[in-house]
Amino acid sequence: MNPWRRKGNTILGDMDRHESAVLRGLVAQIEDILRARAAEAPQDELAELTGIRTGASTAPEDPILSRLLPDFHRLGDDASAKELDSAAALRSLHEPELLDQKSGVAALVLRTCPENGGRVRLSLEQAESWLSALNDVRLALGTALDVTEDMPEELPEDDPRAPHLGVYHWLTWMQESLVHAIAGDDL
Amino acid sequence: MTTPVGHQQTQVDPATEAVGVEDKPWQTVVWNDPVNLMSYVTYVFQKLFGYSRDKATELMLDVHHKGKAIVSSGSKEKVEGDVAKLHAAGLWATMQHP
Repeated sequence: MNPWRRKGNTILGDMDRHESAVLRGLVAQIEDILRARAAEAPQDELAELTGIRTGASTAPEDPILSRLLPDFHRLGDDASAKELDSAAALRSLHEPELLDQKSGVAALVLRTCPENGGRVRLSLEQAESWLSALNDVRLALGTALDVTEDMPEELPEDDPRAPHLGVYHWLTWMQESLVHAIAGDDL
Repeated sequence: MTTPVGHQQTQVDPATEAVGVEDKPWQTVVWNDPVNLMSYVTYVFQKLFGYSRDKATELMLDVHHKGKAIVSSGSKEKVEGDVAKLHAAGLWATMQHP
């Protein structure tokens, strides 16, 4: 893939078949775990009547989901009961919309990224959704691979994470390129 | 970008008002993490808060070097909304009431 380009208010990119398959596969996985989380939300009659949805009040146990859906307060081991209660209330209030937003940007990537590769043509708004979706995929992969700030280009061959790190770096490059294209920076 | 404190009077919890902390605004904190790109974080601060590139870059560098930065403040509702938007963008944000 070449860097993303901006032409007027359109963002252009080209992906080959393999790149497209990798990206679509990862985005679809994110969509799946978000959908599974949404399905766990408590159902109650009041919510159905009022249309005000209530999400889960506890953080996901899965570290990837937990990174995608953070708490509203920094909860250390010494968190007070008041902070814990507030975080639970804020989560159940906001999580349904956050899940919708993240599922929405994932779905947009799946709609606009051609299955067999080729030209990707995005409005600025769509490109912004791509940025969020790419970031979610990187957060998920970064959590799974336990990346650090000074992650090397390559890991030793016997490291089980080694084969996936290339994909992570590729996504990093693609997101960086897209930020600059949207901002209209010359690279 | 912050909501004037005077606008919050009706939202103040009487329990906290009694101890005189009603004037202290809530704060939105963004924490450093190893995944988010410096360029992306700067972009998000500009986009969500309308900050200049310089101001957004300065906040991003604070997050990067100091581990966190307070990126906005104001009423509980405003800060809650800011945190929700930052979560949608994938940043690690929390809110606190000093």
